[in-house]
Amino acid sequence: MTESLTALYVFVLACFIGYYVVWGVTPSLHTPLVALTNAISGIVLVGALLVTGLKEAGFMASTMGFLAVLLASINVFGGFLVTHRMLSMFKKKNK
Amino acid sequence: MELTHSQQAIAYLVSAVLFIFALKGLTHPATARRGNLFGMLGMAIALGATLLGTEVHDYGLIAVAGALGAAIGIVLALRIQMAAMPQLVAALHSFVGMAAVLVAIGTFINRAQAGTLNGTLMGELSAGIVIGAITFTGSVIAFAKLQGIMSGAPIKFKGQHLLNAAMAIVTVLLAVEFGLTGDVWALVLMTLLAFALGGTLIIPIGGADMPVIISMLNSYSGWAAAATGFTLHNNLLIIVGALVGFSGAILSYIMCRAMNRSILNVVFGGFGTDGGGGDSAGAVAAQKGVKSASVEDAVYWMEDAGKVIIVPGYGMAVAQAQHALKELMELLEARGVAVKFGIHPVAGRMPGHMNVLLAEADIPYDNVLEMDEINPEFQSADVALVVGANDVVNPAAKEDASSPIYGMPILEAGKARQVYFLKRSMRPGYSGVDNLLFYQDNTSLVFGDAKDTIEGMVSALKGGGH
Repeated sequence: MTESLTALYVFVLACFIGYYVVWGVTPSLHTPLVALTNAISGIVLVGALLVTGLKEAGFMASTMGFLAVLLASINVFGGFLVTHRMLSMFKKKNK
Repeated sequence: MELTHSQQAIAYLVSAVLFIFALKGLTHPATARRGNLFGMLGMAIALGATLLGTEVHDYGLIAVAGALGAAIGIVLALRIQMAAMPQLVAALHSFVGMAAVLVAIGTFINRAQAGTLNGTLMGELSAGIVIGAITFTGSVIAFAKLQGIMSGAPIKFKGQHLLNAAMAIVTVLLAVEFGLTGDVWALVLMTLLAFALGGTLIIPIGGADMPVIISMLNSYSGWAAAATGFTLHNNLLIIVGALVGFSGAILSYIMCRAMNRSILNVVFGGFGTDGGGGDSAGAVAAQKGVKSASVEDAVYWMEDAGKVIIVPGYGMAVAQAQHALKELMELLEARGVAVKFGIHPVAGRMPGHMNVLLAEADIPYDNVLEMDEINPEFQSADVALVVGANDVVNPAAKEDASSPIYGMPILEAGKARQVYFLKRSMRPGYSGVDNLLFYQDNTSLVFGDAKDTIEGMVSALKGGGH
């Protein structure tokens, strides 16, 4: 099996996990869900690190990588923090 | 310390599992914060494993860009008002899209230099660029509509769908050309066309469908991450992309179902702002006129009520009335009145928008019910207080087959003994459809800014003392 085919296997199976996990999310937390998925899709930062950190990367590639690291880090830090801020506000009735 | 490929792969696997637990945590508010911590831990492991791996050598640029991004992200997250959450989310989606495009182009340059390009890789690169570019411009337009830089009205013209289809076909052809020949001009043209397509796909969707747009772009940003994963043969990116992609897709489906519309119907053209036809029930009822009531009338009915149900909408967010509502809730509860909140899935500008605003005002989540839970309760409620909502309580959705919102599930606020509608003016809702509930015998309109009105109720309850 080629690397791309293995990747396809992983992708399809992960889609099923996504389907079942997300249906379980309570509607009252749909905004935090969007913010959290925002944060974790900042995982493209991994790709950005690989592009930027390559020893042979030229000026063009480094520039692209630099901007990608910048944008993806905004997602990672902003996304997790704003999710945390929102979730801290959800409180039970304390009586 | 330098990690081998296998060690790195194990670390990625751990981080993928943590991300799944992060989403799983959102099943209940009580476990949600822990879920978010799992997500942070997963991200830290993934980034650590990447930085310590064999591929990353140059840390200088990464440190600068990362620190800058972190600073901007933290400031945004701390400063953003809860009411403006949809804008922040749209902006963050656009960043993911742009980052995916940049990573794909950067990878192309690096691989071209090393002479390791091949057809499969270039196909995967094209997918990353196209999806990323569409996500970027689409999110920028969504941001502009939410922020009021652009009108929320759908932009439509003749032959629009044909043009979009043509652009999509040419984009795909260019991607094939690029995959087969590696022609840089095909890459450039494809990228530009995909950026344009992101804009032209979103402009016909009306502002009333914002929750769907946000969910769709959320989904796209996931697919963009997955495509990046294919290019880099990185399973973690593929898994995360699939999770996020499906999350957005499911939210889009839930939002569409809550409006009784198909996703195609939303994508191909939104609600206008024109009113109903000449002899629709809405127009007939309009001639009957509406009743208006004072703050004191509403308070008179509420203070001795058994149960009051509050229906918030986007107007509450605009007026920032949630904190005043919390005070109203407490005063009523102190008099033995049961106060509940009923939330329609598409209330506000993004999924779950109202829940976050009520949580911001410290209203306990057990008082806040979803549509299916609250609907049977309206019949036994003495007062339904509609604060800045409109279309989601419009009985036209059930009674008027000629109405554009016909068939949409609604909150049955009209079944309460008394309905008080807080409104700034007689303007119709975001969908531009007249509301039949205004003309019902048990409905009274209280005109004014929602926050001022509710504060008026609060002081009447405090001062009345009878």
